[in-house]
Amino acid sequence: MLDSTPKEFIERSGGVINPAKTCQPIGAMYAALGIHNCLPHSHGSQGCCSYHRMHLARHFREPAMATTSSFTEGASVFGGGANLKTAIKNVFAIYNPDVMAVHTTCLSETIGDDISTIIKGTEVPEGKLVIHANTPSYQGSHITGFSNMTKGMVSYLAEATLAAKKEQVNIIPGFVNPGDMREIKRLTNLMGINLIMFPDTSGVLDSPMTGRFVMYPKGGVKVEELRDTGNSKLTVALGTYASSDAANLLERKCKVPAVTLKTPIGVKATDEFLMALRQSFIKEVPYQLEEERGQLVDIMVDTHYHFHGKRVAIFGDPDIITGLTEFVLSLGMKPVYVLTGTPGGTVGGPQGIFEKEIASMLDEAGIEGKVKAAGDLFRLHQWIKNEPVDLLIGNTYGKYIARAEDIPFVRVGFPILDRSMHPYLPVVGYKGAMRLLELIGNALLDRADRDAGDEDFELVM
Amino acid sequence: MAVDEKVLEEILNSYPAKVKRTRKKHILLRDSSLDRQEIEANTRTIPGIMTNRGCAFAGCKGVVLGPIKDMVHIVHGPIGCAYYSWLTRRNKAIPEEPGKNYLTYCVSTDMQESDIVFGGEKKLARMIDEVVEIFKPNAITISATCPVGLIGDDIQAVARAARQKHGLSITAYNCEGYKGVSQSAGHHIANNGLLEWIVGQGDWEEPPGKYTINMLGEYNIGGDSWEVERVLKELGYHVQATLTGNGSYEDIKNAHVAELNLVQCHRSINYIADMLEKKYGTPWLKVNFIGIRATCESLRNMALYFGDEDLIRRTEEVIARELAEIEPQLEPYRKICAGKTTFCFVGGSRGHHYQGLYEEIGIQTTLAGYEFAHRDDYEGREVIPDIKPDADSKNIPELHVVPDERRYRPKLSRERTEELKDKIPLSNYQGMNITMKDGSLIVDDMNHYETEEFIRTLKPDIFSSGIKDKYVPHKMGLPSKQLHNYDYSGPYAGFRGAVNFARDISMSFATPTWNFIDPPWKSRPLLEGTIEKPSQEGEA
Ligand code: SF4
Ligand code: SF4
Repeated sequence: MLDSTPKEFIERSGGVINPAKTCQPIGAMYAALGIHNCLPHSHGSQGCCSYHRMHLARHFREPAMATTSSFTEGASVFGGGANLKTAIKNVFAIYNPDVMAVHTTCLSETIGDDISTIIKGTEVPEGKLVIHANTPSYQGSHITGFSNMTKGMVSYLAEATLAAKKEQVNIIPGFVNPGDMREIKRLTNLMGINLIMFPDTSGVLDSPMTGRFVMYPKGGVKVEELRDTGNSKLTVALGTYASSDAANLLERKCKVPAVTLKTPIGVKATDEFLMALRQSFIKEVPYQLEEERGQLVDIMVDTHYHFHGKRVAIFGDPDIITGLTEFVLSLGMKPVYVLTGTPGGTVGGPQGIFEKEIASMLDEAGIEGKVKAAGDLFRLHQWIKNEPVDLLIGNTYGKYIARAEDIPFVRVGFPILDRSMHPYLPVVGYKGAMRLLELIGNALLDRADRDAGDEDFELVM
Repeated sequence: MAVDEKVLEEILNSYPAKVKRTRKKHILLRDSSLDRQEIEANTRTIPGIMTNRGCAFAGCKGVVLGPIKDMVHIVHGPIGCAYYSWLTRRNKAIPEEPGKNYLTYCVSTDMQESDIVFGGEKKLARMIDEVVEIFKPNAITISATCPVGLIGDDIQAVARAARQKHGLSITAYNCEGYKGVSQSAGHHIANNGLLEWIVGQGDWEEPPGKYTINMLGEYNIGGDSWEVERVLKELGYHVQATLTGNGSYEDIKNAHVAELNLVQCHRSINYIADMLEKKYGTPWLKVNFIGIRATCESLRNMALYFGDEDLIRRTEEVIARELAEIEPQLEPYRKICAGKTTFCFVGGSRGHHYQGLYEEIGIQTTLAGYEFAHRDDYEGREVIPDIKPDADSKNIPELHVVPDERRYRPKLSRERTEELKDKIPLSNYQGMNITMKDGSLIVDDMNHYETEEFIRTLKPDIFSSGIKDKYVPHKMGLPSKQLHNYDYSGPYAGFRGAVNFARDISMSFATPTWNFIDPPWKSRPLLEGTIEKPSQEGEA
C-alpha cells in the first residue's frame, strides 16, 4: 500500500500528490442544496457537474440534483452566455425550482463569463430567482466554494427591512453534515432563541425514505428566511473558512453584527458557542445542556487514560480540524501533525492564519508538532513514516495511509465514502463530542485488543 | 403499462418545444418490423437538462488511461478533476513489479490563479521531474483539463522535452473537458495516443506463445478481467495486454504481437481495435463476457477463429464443466428474480451487455440506453459511413494509420476472413437495437426527467444505472443497481461473475429493509374500539 512514498523529503513545487482538498464548485453545490426548493447549476462543461454530483451522492448516499450548462468547444471560444440562457429557461420549464443557484467552473472563469450580466439579461419566470457565485477552482478549495455560495445568498437575498433588529440569530454552520446542522439547531432551540440557519442541508441530504421521490425535499432554508437574515440581531459564523465571509458581508450589507467562532467540536468550542448565544440574547443555558455537558466531562475524566499522551495525526477541512485539534488536546492527546489541503488564509485576506491558530494551541499545550495548510496527504504520510502516530483522524482517503502504516483510523469530515452513518450523526455539540469519544476510544481499544497477547487480553479496560 | 407513441408524446410534451424536438430523436420504441430504426446519438446535451454525462477528461484519464497501473498519470489543471478521478472507479490491479502500482496516487499540478494567468507549463515540467524522482515509473501520461487548452499551455511540447530529458515514455493527451459532447471524445483521444505512442514501442516481433490475444475495452471493474482470464488461461490463451484494466505499460507496448484482439467495450476502445487491424493486420472479435450465454458464445467464437480442433473441443469441455458448477448455484436466485423487469441505462456498452445476464436470471429489460454511445452502438457498425460529422466530432483528431512496413501481417487469408465473418462478429458489432424486444424503449442520453417519467409508466422492478441516479429509485421504494461500479461488489463477468450478479440482484429484492417504508400508524386509525350500543335500560 502506497509503497512508492519514500521517507525522505524532496522539495516539491509541481503541484499536489494525493490532495487533501477538492475544487470550489462542489462546495457551492453543497451549499446551494441547503436552500429549500433550490436547484444548483454548474456553469461549465458537464464533466464538473457530473463529478460533483457523484461525489456528493457517494458521501450522503442521497440524490444530489444539479444541472449543467454543458459547454462544448464553441461555448469555450465564444463564451457561455447562450448556454446559460438556454439552461435557465429549461431548468424552470422542466425542473421548476424556486431558486436556481449558478456557480462557475474553471472553464467559465477562464473564459471570463460575466454571470450577473447574463442573468440580468435573461427572462426568469415570475416569482422565481436565479442567484450566483463565482467559484474558480484555481483558488482556495471546496471550502472556499461553500463560502462563496453562502456569500451569494447574502448578496442576492438578505435585506434589512425593519427599523429594529429582531431577537433572532443567523447561524452559518459551515461545511458540515446535515446531522451537525440539526444538532446546532437543537442547541440553539434549547437556548430558547429563534434562528435562521443558512445554508441548511438537513432534510435535504438526509431526507427520509417515504416510498416517494421528491425533487426538492422538505429541508433547506427558505427564501423568506434568507431575506430576513438582514433583520436578525446577530450572525454566528461557525468556522473561519467556510462561514465568516458571508457573515461579514451581511454585517456590511445589513448591519447585522457578526461573530466568528470555531466549529463547535468538543467541550471548549461548544461552550464558546453557547456562551456567545447566552451573552447576546441574555438567555440562561438550560439544565438539559448543562447535564449533557456534565455527562461528557464525566466520560472524559473516567476514560482519560485511554487517550492521554497518544500521538495523533489530523487532516481535513480547516474549520473541522481546528475544532478536532482543540478537542483532542482537551483529552490530553498530542496532535503532532495537523494538515489541511485548503490554503490557510482567506482569498484576498491574510494568509497563514490556520498555521498560526493551530500552532498557538499546540504551544499552549507544550506540544511540538507540524502544521500545514495547502498541504497534501503525500506529505502527511511522509511525516508519519518518519515519526509514527498512534491514531489518524481524517476523511476516507486516510484509510490508505492507515493501512500502509498499520495505525488506527477514525473517519471524520468530508468525504466519507466507505462508511455510512456520518451524515446523520453529529460530531458537534456535547453529544457530538461523546460520539467522537466513542469513535476514537473504540479505534484505540480495538487495536489494543488486537495486539494484546492472550495473557494481556483484558475483560475490563 | 407499456409505452406507446401516445404515452411517449405525452411525456415529451412537458418539454419546451425545442427540447422536445431534440429529445424525440434520441428515443426509439423498438419495432423489428421496420427495416432500420435510426436514433440520434453522440450529439450535444441541451444546457439545463439533467444529464448523466461526463466529459472528455473523464473518458480519457478516468476511463482509458487511468487503469494502467505502472504509469503515473499526471493531471494538468486545477485540483478537482484529478481528485474526482482518484480511486473512484474500482478498476482493480495487482502490480507485476513490486511497488509499481500507482493507482492509489493522485497527481495534479493543482493550478493556481497565477498559473492560469501566466501559464502552467513550467509547473507541469517540475511535476514531471518530481514524479520521475519519487516514483521512477515505467511511463507517464499527462491529461489536460478544461482551462489548459484555453490558456494555451502546450502540453505536447512539455511532454516532448521531458521525454528527452528523462528518456522515458511521457505522453500528453489534450482531453480538455469541453471537447466533443461526452466522455466519448476522451476515449477517442486516449485511443489515438496509446496507439501512436505506446502500442508497438516494444521490441517483440513474435507472440510469446500460442493463441496470443489482447483484451480491449475491459477495465477490470470489481475484478471482471481476472474471472475472464481464469478461463482463458485454462484454455491455453495468452493474454498479452489488457486495455486497460490491470493493464501495464510493459504489456501494452508489445500488444502488436497478438494474433487476435478481443473487444469487450466497443464504445471506448473500438478505435484502437480498428487501428490495430489497419496497422498490423490483426482482426478483432466482438466478445461479451457478461452473461452466461454470451460468455459461452464468445469462447466458442474465439476457438473458431483459431480453428484448432483441440481448442474447440477443450472449449466445449470447459464450458460444460463451468456450467455444471454454476447452474445449481443460480437456481435459488432465479426463483427470486423470475418474471421481473429492469431498466438498463449505462455508459457505452453495458447498457447492452447486461441485458443478456438479466434475462438469464429471469429479468426482462424494458428500457435500455447509453449515456455517451454513438449510433453504431445502437444500430451496428454498418451505419458508420452514414454518420455525418458535426462541429463537435470534427474537433477530435482522427489518426490516420497505415500498415506498418515491418510488422503488418494479415492473420487470416481473405477467404478465411469472409468465411468467418458469416459465423462470428469478426471486426464487427451489430449494436444493441436488434437484440431488444419489440415495444421496449431505447433512450440515448436519458436525463433525470425521463428517468422519473419512464419509471412511473413502465414500473420496472429494478433500475440499473450509476451513482448519480441510484438513490432516486431507492426513494421510490425501487431497488437499483449500479452497473458502472457494481455497488462495490463483483466480479460480474464470466461464469462465476454471473453467480455473483444473480446473488446481488436477488439480495436487492429479498432484503427485508424495504418492508419498513410505511410506518404502522399510517394504516391504522388513531382511535380504535367498538361503539357501544345505547343501553336498553331506559326503554324498559
Ligand atoms: S477543477 Fe475545475 S474543471 Fe476540474 S472538476 Fe473542478 S471545476 Fe471542473
Ligand atoms: S463499459 Fe461503459 S462505463 Fe465502462 S468503459 Fe465502456 S463505456 Fe465506459
